[in-house]
Amino acid sequence: MTTLLVADHDNRVLSDATARALTALCALDDAVHVLVAGHQARPVAEQVAKLHGTGRVILVDDAAFAHGLAEPLAALILSLAADYRVIAAPATSGGKDVLPRVAALLDVMQISDVVRVVSPDTFERPIYAGNAIAVVQSTDEKKLLTIRTSAFAAAGTIAVAVPIEEVVPPQGVWLARFEGETLSSSDRPDLASARIVVSGGRALGSAEKFQEIIGPLAERLHAAIGASRAAVDAGYAPNDLQVGQTGKVVAPDLYIALGISGAIQHLAGMKDSKIIVAINKDEDAPIFQVADYGIVGDLFEIVPELEKALG
Amino acid sequence: MKKILVPVKMVLDSNARPRVRTDETGIDVAGMRMSINPFCEIAVEEALRLKEAGAAEEVVVVSIGPAKAQDTLRQALAMGADRAMLIQTDETVEPLAVAKLLCAVAREEVPDLVILGKQAIDDDCNQTGQMLAALLGWPQATFASAVRFAENRLLVTREIDAGLQTLSLPLPAVVTTDLRLNEPRHCALPNIMKARKKSLTVCVPADYGIDIGRRLKIVAVRPPAGRKPGIRVATASELVSDLRAAGLV
Ligand SMILES: Cc1cc2nc3c(=O)[nH]c(=O)nc-3n(C[C@H](O)[C@H](O)[C@H](O)COP(=O)(O)OP(=O)(O)OC[C@H]3O[C@@H](n4cnc5c(N)ncnc54)[C@H](O)[C@@H]3O)c2cc1C
Ligand SMILES: Nc1ncnc2c1ncn2[C@@H]1O[C@H](COP(=O)(O)O)[C@@H](O)[C@H]1O
Repeated sequence: MTTLLVADHDNRVLSDATARALTALCALDDAVHVLVAGHQARPVAEQVAKLHGTGRVILVDDAAFAHGLAEPLAALILSLAADYRVIAAPATSGGKDVLPRVAALLDVMQISDVVRVVSPDTFERPIYAGNAIAVVQSTDEKKLLTIRTSAFAAAGTIAVAVPIEEVVPPQGVWLARFEGETLSSSDRPDLASARIVVSGGRALGSAEKFQEIIGPLAERLHAAIGASRAAVDAGYAPNDLQVGQTGKVVAPDLYIALGISGAIQHLAGMKDSKIIVAINKDEDAPIFQVADYGIVGDLFEIVPELEKALG
Repeated sequence: MKKILVPVKMVLDSNARPRVRTDETGIDVAGMRMSINPFCEIAVEEALRLKEAGAAEEVVVVSIGPAKAQDTLRQALAMGADRAMLIQTDETVEPLAVAKLLCAVAREEVPDLVILGKQAIDDDCNQTGQMLAALLGWPQATFASAVRFAENRLLVTREIDAGLQTLSLPLPAVVTTDLRLNEPRHCALPNIMKARKKSLTVCVPADYGIDIGRRLKIVAVRPPAGRKPGIRVATASELVSDLRAAGLV
């Protein structure tokens, strides 16, 4: 039997999350078919076709899939489900939105946020904001999984692309209607896949200061920018930069936390980073318990020194 | 809208530190502070705001859990919900079974809108709302950061990985809440007193004829891998030379 992976993309570019999920699924020893449902999304299918581990690409092109809405996508996945033992998606906002809908209609209990494949029916996933790891064994015939992408490296590319098969989607009446979107544009690397992340917390004090302090350091390090919930709530940074239990989960080579206390909900999103640096003026801040390098002091003084030292 | 249904879960308080049992069977919550799941509290608040704005007439809260979950329901009643239902069980009920029970409740209660939390902070599943929408055949808008009711449609702004997306849904519909949707009110003492007199009915899963048997076997629950202790550095230049030595910058 085969695995179906639902690709995450914006109709032009395949997200790195898909390549990471592919790595996780390759551990299952099954062939992996990757579903690209989108609108004029052939370029995405072509990218998928060159990923190591893709057995076949299923391309479905229809305006109904332009914005990744859950109803048509769930109906499509359901129409393909019979052929697959495992149906998976990266645990992105899109994957989390659609996959439980499919699971319920297949009468399967989904396993969310898989961080390790133990065997074809047993998986590890974090619970309680990462304060524990549950090893769970599914008794359902089909396995529905979302994959926590920070736990897996991205699959590499191959020289010869696998075939792309076009499939006609099921027709239906979809009730939710797309009205609009505000996408953040940034010239910084993508938070979920960057090698270095510079994150700011409530201590930054304003959106201006956040930009003024975090921006140049991130620029110098070619890093992505992250933020704590407190910084996002206060409007210093947009919501899509939030790192944590309810935001994005990242595991870069280097994570620099500036003026972030280190609440468990924040740690849930970054404590698997390879190296953690914390700068905080409170020497008892919990962030220091996970930091490899800590500096106790005022970030407004230390960050400019840091930039100078970096040259 | 006539009625909004809000499922609320009792969870270990978000400020408590979960203790992993040494026999690896799960988390020991005995004697720990239990609270309403933060996302559910936001769901109750949003339902109340819709009611107070004249967009809805009644807010009904429902929980599936042990007898103690009555406290959670009383808290929702103190916030202003009109009545409550407990589907009582000491079993751990997985999201799929919760969704089936909620589906049965929704068939009886016929709400125009169900607002759930996007995720329970104990199991961190982020599934139940989407599953419920599927079982009911209703549209869904997950991870809501703004909800507005106009011209018989619900306009929902959603927090997605790339920014914000707005959907409109006809009713009935399912919405799940993100943290920035609202800031829940505090309960004043008179409201807590009043909540004691509001209706809270108790039933059991078998009343709905729904099998809540687990599909996922818990093989083990373990503490996460620890990190090795770090070091304090005195200056930025010391930090940079360490990072350089490690090949990071
Ligand atoms: C259900 C739930 C989900 C949550 N999800 C998330 C999530 O996904 N992500 C997340 O981040 N949070 C999340 N939170 C919130 C979390 O509990 C914390 O409130 C939040 O992370 C705090 O952000 P902060 O560290 O920026 O602010 P604070 O806790 O206020 O910390 C600010 C820090 O800055 C330091 N500081 C102040 N001035 C300076 C200075 N000049 N120089 C250096 N240091 C300074 C202070 O010593 C302090 O440690 C969640 C909470 C709940 C209840
Ligand atoms: N036992 C329960 N009782 C009532 N509502 C629940 C229960 N479990 C989950 N929910 C609802 O579903 C949401 C998401 O939970 P989950 O899918 O478990 O992360 C919660 O915020 C609640 O609104």
